[in-house]
Amino acid sequence: MKIMEGYYYTKEHEWISVKGNVGTIGISDYAQHALGDIVFVDLPEEEESFDRGEAFGAIESVKAASDTYLPVGGTVIEINESLEDEPGLINVDCYENWIVKIEIADLSELDELMDSAEYEAHISEEE
Amino acid sequence: MDLTNSRKTPLFDVFEKYGGKVVDYSGWALPVEFEGLIPEHEAVRNAAGLFDVSHMGEVTVKGPDAFKFVQNLVTNDVSLLEDNKILYAMMCYEDGGIVDDLLVYRFAEDYYFIVINAGNVEKDIAWMIKQSQGYDMVFTDLSNETAELAIQGPHAQTILQKLTDKNLDEVGFFYCARDIEIAGVNCLISRTGYTGEDGFEVYVKPDKAVYIWEKLFEVGAVDGLKPVGLGCRDTLRFEAALPLYGNELGADISPLEAGLGYFVKLDTDFIGRDALAKQKEDGLKRKTVGFEMKGRGIPRHEYKILSGDKEIGYVTTGYYSPTLKKSIGLGLISAEYATMGGTIDIGIRKKKVAAEIISKRFYQKKYKK
Repeated sequence: MKIMEGYYYTKEHEWISVKGNVGTIGISDYAQHALGDIVFVDLPEEEESFDRGEAFGAIESVKAASDTYLPVGGTVIEINESLEDEPGLINVDCYENWIVKIEIADLSELDELMDSAEYEAHISEEE
Repeated sequence: MDLTNSRKTPLFDVFEKYGGKVVDYSGWALPVEFEGLIPEHEAVRNAAGLFDVSHMGEVTVKGPDAFKFVQNLVTNDVSLLEDNKILYAMMCYEDGGIVDDLLVYRFAEDYYFIVINAGNVEKDIAWMIKQSQGYDMVFTDLSNETAELAIQGPHAQTILQKLTDKNLDEVGFFYCARDIEIAGVNCLISRTGYTGEDGFEVYVKPDKAVYIWEKLFEVGAVDGLKPVGLGCRDTLRFEAALPLYGNELGADISPLEAGLGYFVKLDTDFIGRDALAKQKEDGLKRKTVGFEMKGRGIPRHEYKILSGDKEIGYVTTGYYSPTLKKSIGLGLISAEYATMGGTIDIGIRKKKVAAEIISKRFYQKKYKK
């Protein structure tokens, strides 16, 4: 199970990497494995704003739909449109194939998230 | 997953060996998938898949009044059966709602074998016993003494034939053969299926189930046989528009609303007949339709179906179809909107996504008739 050093994680298995006040968000390797073959990614619109923990879209495999939540509040500045035609890219590499980039509203909300070591412990509990 | 309280089928111990991802399903510990839902789905469509369906319930009805009892119990015409022929039917409540859908095998004029859904076994048996008062017959629950394997797919016959001297060409669609030797073990086999493909069910004593499973893989691997789970069982049956209790069928849904009028013979006398006859005479208020998404999104069970802002029904089953490569669904909607080619909306999360009503024959079934 691939976990990225320096990234933040949520209990719902999203990851966020941060440069300045821009956050890049995707789902973790654990999540893409659990979902299986991903066949649809429901993306938000650019310039939409969401609070921390709010559902901004969904990832769907053949068998199930899973909401995706924003790890920290912010405004969508870019969506990964390639996922509209090739949602399975997330199965190929869930870190390369991010879902949205946001402008983070409050960087202090990052403190509430797990670092890679804490996340590793979290998924070993779930397994 | 905690499966401590889940019931185990006789095949539970082989799931791990074959890479099964086991979940609780209606109180049973069963594999949702092995290699993955899509490759398993494709194996059944193109080669063959082997399901453990030992969780299904089986009962026998035997005695002078067996025919009268079964005829009164189910919607279809049991008099159409000959020995070793099988009938699909529903059991209904007096109000026409569905107790369960089932398969009735006629072993003899006074001897029937009935297969019922796992999740409904207790309810069904209580219902059957309640209805059996006054009939001269013996009712036996064989659910715990019967394992069931389903081999489905275009190579199913080739594979099963390697393990038996019985000429399987002699077992027609919706027929069974009793006391057949499969790999030297006495079995009941039938040619029905729940995937839209040709295939067989093999009923065997629980202590021989693992042996038969392993034998099938010994001879079937070269023909592409794969272990397959409940995940693809649902996508396969859905593409073939075969109904599932709890989705298309339920106590609050009649067989006519579910689009199964063909299996309701109103010229016979059965529990619920009068209610269904009246429903037919008055005209159906709801109908089950097939639909294809026109906008982006996947319909899921219980999502709302809308026309404009008006809620007109709900999705009974929906998937991204692995075979057809598009998002399709079945839904129960107000009859006035059930027009082929009509446009409806599906409530997907916060959005309304357009869909078109299409034929429920999403996938052309490949039964060997």
